[in-house]
Amino acid sequence: MENATAAPKNVNSKQNSARRHRFWKEFFTYLYMVVLAIIIIYPVLITFITAFKDANVQAFVLDFGGKWTLANFKALFTTTLYGSWYLNTMIISISCMVIQVIVVTLAGYVYSRYRFAGKKFSLTFFIVIQMVPTMAALTAYYVLANMLNALDHYWFLTAIYIGGGIPQNTWLMKGYFDNVPYDLDESAKLDGAGNFKIFWSIVLPLVKPMIAVQALWAFMSPVQDYLMAKFLLTSESHYTVAVGLQTFINNAQNQQVVLFSAGAILVALPIACLFFYLQRFFVSGLLAGGSKG
Amino acid sequence: MQKKDAKKAQRLSIIPGLGQFYNGQTIKGVLFIIILLAFIAQLAFGGINAFANLVTLGSVSMQDNSLFMMIYGTLQILITILFIIFWIANMYDAKHVAQLLNNGKKVSHTFKELGANLVGGGFAYLLTIPAYILMIFAIVFPVLVTLLMAFTNYDFAHIPPAMLLDWVGFKNFTSMFFLSGYRSTFNAVFGWTVIWTVCATTLQIIIGIATAVIANQNFIKGKRFFGVIFLLPWAIPAFVSIMSFSNIFNDSAGAINVQVIGLWNTLVPFAHIAPIHWMTDTFWTKVAIIMIQGWLGFPYIYVMITGILQAIPEDLYEAATLDGATVMQKFNRITLPTIFAIAAPIFVTQYTFNFNNFSMIYLFNQGGPGDVGANAGGTDILISWIYKLTTGTSPQYSLAAAVTLIISVLVIGISLIVFKKTHAFEMGD
Repeated sequence: MENATAAPKNVNSKQNSARRHRFWKEFFTYLYMVVLAIIIIYPVLITFITAFKDANVQAFVLDFGGKWTLANFKALFTTTLYGSWYLNTMIISISCMVIQVIVVTLAGYVYSRYRFAGKKFSLTFFIVIQMVPTMAALTAYYVLANMLNALDHYWFLTAIYIGGGIPQNTWLMKGYFDNVPYDLDESAKLDGAGNFKIFWSIVLPLVKPMIAVQALWAFMSPVQDYLMAKFLLTSESHYTVAVGLQTFINNAQNQQVVLFSAGAILVALPIACLFFYLQRFFVSGLLAGGSKG
Repeated sequence: MQKKDAKKAQRLSIIPGLGQFYNGQTIKGVLFIIILLAFIAQLAFGGINAFANLVTLGSVSMQDNSLFMMIYGTLQILITILFIIFWIANMYDAKHVAQLLNNGKKVSHTFKELGANLVGGGFAYLLTIPAYILMIFAIVFPVLVTLLMAFTNYDFAHIPPAMLLDWVGFKNFTSMFFLSGYRSTFNAVFGWTVIWTVCATTLQIIIGIATAVIANQNFIKGKRFFGVIFLLPWAIPAFVSIMSFSNIFNDSAGAINVQVIGLWNTLVPFAHIAPIHWMTDTFWTKVAIIMIQGWLGFPYIYVMITGILQAIPEDLYEAATLDGATVMQKFNRITLPTIFAIAAPIFVTQYTFNFNNFSMIYLFNQGGPGDVGANAGGTDILISWIYKLTTGTSPQYSLAAAVTLIISVLVIGISLIVFKKTHAFEMGD
């Protein structure tokens, strides 16, 4: 915080009040930012530190004292099903990511570049269908899973995640493709490039940032989801991390907060790193893609 | 060349293929007739039956599974809708091709030409087919099934195949709106859903805009540092944060009661605060949930608004300063209008997101504490009530489906109105 320490001697009162004004402005600005930063870091730090605490920790508070240990991480993989939950989440999330990115990129490209009968109609269909709160159709998914013998199977859950993410992400992708100048396609066409070549080697490299963002989004939605996974996965060894972690703390009599914290770190850390790595692409991508985020 | 009658071609295509024959496109005509015959055959060997079963929902319990009949019936409805779309497209095609012929344009006659046409113009359809299949499977089909289910008596007393389901008309809706027990639950849950959505989202937006405006000032040092911290709540998966907060707000062992209030009482002993019942008093749970959603949700708004702010040209502010505008005037006349012009759709999606924010409600305190009847806890919103209606000890599936329909109509209706108003529908070709 700089204040008016270096004030010259013969300043008139008007300058003085401007300086004072500036000082208070800077003071309150930094005050706001520091307080907000503390409010954000405090709970995060509590969870982080608790992960290294002894199993008989009394309260879930910020406390740097006491013995630090890695025993919780070991216990996580030896005494609980955390390892399988992690693996399950990875299988579902990565399949969702790969398939959704391919489907969405193709569809977004088509809607950006081609004119065809029914285009306007189907784009409106995409907008309306993305508003449907699909997770509310719980019972229908349940009955469908029963009929297809898909209860407790990953493919069913994955297909729901992919299908649910398609409308809004296609819409985003189309918006980003729209920003790639059409002249590029035209000149490539004059040079004799085919449909596929234009798509693969001219346009696609230019939308790589958006594809990265899409991949993160598609990867994250299964990780984040609790409702569907809890509902459609019935055996404990098939749970995802979100559903599994909750079992550590949902029993008020026997809360295992240290195990929960250790498990939380292992899932949050890699995701947060990926997030910050891709973060610079978000704003341009989301604002260019229009309405939806 | 003889003129083709476009109207006549279209009328002939009421039976798919005939119009195409009239236009001289024999191969296409044959293909279309094959599709027609396939549809008729499908109807004859199962389709009609599926429709009939959909109407009766079965007559012999243990033998007829009403649910499966409903699903096959829905599938049949979808197939029929697809055929109707094809049928309309076919009539349009006949008219369109006739007009092309009249204008002396070339149309495809042979198999090879048709194939080439498909690869060129049909490329578009081909590439979007996977998207459609997945959306129909994951969205359209379940929503249709839910729609039908809302008009049956599917509940814990009627579980197929042991029991048959019956159509009950609007009974689920009328009992929700007029039957005293369900009505009071619905009113309580719906009321809190609205309050929750409005308060939490508005809080998010206010903190987001304030932080963006404050942190975007030129003189600030350490912008990158603060930028990373302000994004943390978005970068960490929400379920992890919510579960952590559920520990932090624990009545007896949580950091808020033990540490924060403890610290306050040491620093400001004359204004003593007693520990708060965050988890056991409905009012305080609601307060906590709204505050936590502000924490979780503001970074997204903050990032978007920062992007918008940086796009506002600097000279706009300079010109305003020269004209003697105060800081507040500049904020009200330049900053806010720009933000709302661009970010309105983003705000709306945040409201609809929170309207259905199951994780926040359920993972914090499982919709509790308290009880407002029909399985719903004191902080349950509609979506978590649906979850409880479906997973409780005496499930009320059809009632849950009815609530789902109400939610969908509300969310879609409001979004449509706002998107229409903000012109988000205008799409360039």
